[in-house]
Amino acid sequence: MKIALPVNEKNMESTVCISFGRTPYFLIYDTKTKAAEYIDNSAAASQGGAGIKASQMIVDHKADAVMTPRCGENAAEVLQAAHIKIYKTNGDSIRDNIDAFETGKLPLLDEIHAGFHNHGGQ
Amino acid sequence: MKIAVLSGKGGTGKTLVSVNLASAAKASIYIDCDVEEPNGHLFFKPSNIKEEIVAVKIPFADKALCTGCRKCVDFCRFNALAYAGGQLKVFENICHSCGGCVLVCPENALTEKERTVGIIQKGESGNVSLYSGFLNPGEPSGVPIIKKMIHDNNLKRASLTFIDCPPGSACIVMESIKDADYCVLVAEPTIFGAHNLNMVYELVKLFGKPFGVILNKCLDGENPSQKFCEEQDIEIIGRIYYDNELGTLNSNAKIAVRESEKYKTMFASLLQSVMREARHGTTVNPKR
Amino acid sequence: MVQLLILSGKGGTGKTTVAGAFIELSAAKAYGDCDVDAPNLHLIMPQQTDAVKSDFYGLPKAGIDTGLCVRCDFCRQSCRFDAIDNDNDYTVNPFACEGCGVCEYVCPAGAITMNPAVSGELILYTNNSVFSTAHLKMGSGNSGKLVSEVKKQMLSAAANAEFAVVDGSPGIGCPVIASISGADMVLIVAEPSVSGISDVKRIVETSKSFGVQLALCINKYDINMTNTQSIEAYCIKAGIDFVGKIPFDPQAVEAVNSGKNITDFDCLAGRAVREVYSRTVQLLMAGEKGVKYAHKGIG
Repeated sequence: MKIALPVNEKNMESTVCISFGRTPYFLIYDTKTKAAEYIDNSAAASQGGAGIKASQMIVDHKADAVMTPRCGENAAEVLQAAHIKIYKTNGDSIRDNIDAFETGKLPLLDEIHAGFHNHGGQ
Repeated sequence: MKIAVLSGKGGTGKTLVSVNLASAAKASIYIDCDVEEPNGHLFFKPSNIKEEIVAVKIPFADKALCTGCRKCVDFCRFNALAYAGGQLKVFENICHSCGGCVLVCPENALTEKERTVGIIQKGESGNVSLYSGFLNPGEPSGVPIIKKMIHDNNLKRASLTFIDCPPGSACIVMESIKDADYCVLVAEPTIFGAHNLNMVYELVKLFGKPFGVILNKCLDGENPSQKFCEEQDIEIIGRIYYDNELGTLNSNAKIAVRESEKYKTMFASLLQSVMREARHGTTVNPKR
Repeated sequence: MVQLLILSGKGGTGKTTVAGAFIELSAAKAYGDCDVDAPNLHLIMPQQTDAVKSDFYGLPKAGIDTGLCVRCDFCRQSCRFDAIDNDNDYTVNPFACEGCGVCEYVCPAGAITMNPAVSGELILYTNNSVFSTAHLKMGSGNSGKLVSEVKKQMLSAAANAEFAVVDGSPGIGCPVIASISGADMVLIVAEPSVSGISDVKRIVETSKSFGVQLALCINKYDINMTNTQSIEAYCIKAGIDFVGKIPFDPQAVEAVNSGKNITDFDCLAGRAVREVYSRTVQLLMAGEKGVKYAHKGIG
């Protein structure tokens, strides 16, 4: 199963990024092969609709699930249309969150925040 | 003759000035371009109201024709489109209605539908015909509403029109003054007022619009806006002194010109000055 | 960080004056001016250090190479924003151009390119506290994006600050919507005029649709007692916490005109705003996020 996480640096010892749409990179982790692929998030530089562009990228990389601290309405809509489940991360350690996911301890993310006319992101 | 009334800062008296000047004229048109927070209609209380919906064009895909090639998704610079779960998703709040996706679609699968962003109310109030724009709360931009009101009035060039502008100097203000023949800048005697007067001063200069300043809420003591005008050699068309009675009338949404002879005379005189400057300004600085 | 945003709907009600007072009273370590169109907060919050400025790029603008242009007129016809003039050479009006790229796409001669465009400036002061502000170049759109950048800048420069006060802009459109993102509470500063009441209702509607906690105070309340009473009644009806009223005070006007805060000396407005402040903070601390910070004694 492939899971995607927004991350601050291209290494497993780094941290989960607080923003989904404007994270610098995404980690695509294969739980079966334990392979880790990092992709640059081109959406980070967008004027608007960053969440939409980022989630389109995740869809195109054929991820099965996403783990993130927060997710906006628009990004969620895209992910849900592609039947990609969204989980809520706990703390910012990449390793800890992957472990938690693999042992079934991560909850689904159910607070999808409202769209802010694509200018959200605190 | 189209006269735009703007100020840069909110609450300086744009509406007070434009509503009363329009009322002091024999016959005029008043257009409320502050579509986010329109106030003119509260003063005029128009009758004979006709409403018109303002809509923008939003694309949608015919599922039968869409092949999921994603050319539209890749083209959209606003990221308003996504293709997931076998269908095209359109994010209406983000779409700028540029029509680009419809052009790039190789299957002709995209057409456009209308999405309401607000309304325009046309009405009458004595000697004034009004146009008030109302942006629906939650909608980001009032530009399409302003465009429509100004455009609808382009045919009436011969009439005297007052355009009550929004505060600031961003795209909605530009849209409001684009076709104006003359600009009246209203300034209040505070440092905030002078600072923001500077901004709209730069804007009208950039647009090559002839302009003059009306100083509002004048008190004794230093007036930073007056100082600014003197430093920049800007024409001060008139002054409105801080006046409790005027303030109270205004806070009760009463049109001063229609309430008392005193204010009728005051604004009639101000109107004369404005018209004189406007005619002089437009001859000296004819519009391109 | 607990974020308090100050809005009004109508312009000129006193957002910036109240924001300035709140910043002084709370000794907030972070504050921002989201009225990027007409920023004023810096005029009453003197800074000890120089500002760090950075260019803000809005959407790119189209540019036409007249050497390659074949005057086919496709660009002008396709532009939905009337941004292409053909008075002499074909040129793009940068104020109307929204950066959509349609003209670049339709041009058969490859004469149009989309070029990065600076549409504003981000400004950051960091001394004892962090002050984030910006200025939008006149005539620009994209103000919402710049507002988000102001907030982001404030958050990253003051990551450890517990409380932030944000001065908002008038209206209900894009920049206001962008400033509501991340705010824990919106304090509406209303003025007792018919226009002011009408505008309050619209800003309340806008804010409610984003689900943020609301409070309201009335500034210059004594210029019209009837309207003041209407607003108080409206707050009860609409379920908005009413946190007090501030009288019209000529001393306050003088203070602001000399770049001072109304809390810098004893005056009617200053005393009233202190009460408004303590009630607002009480509400904030009672809110979900506030409980976390309550023990740290903000205000």
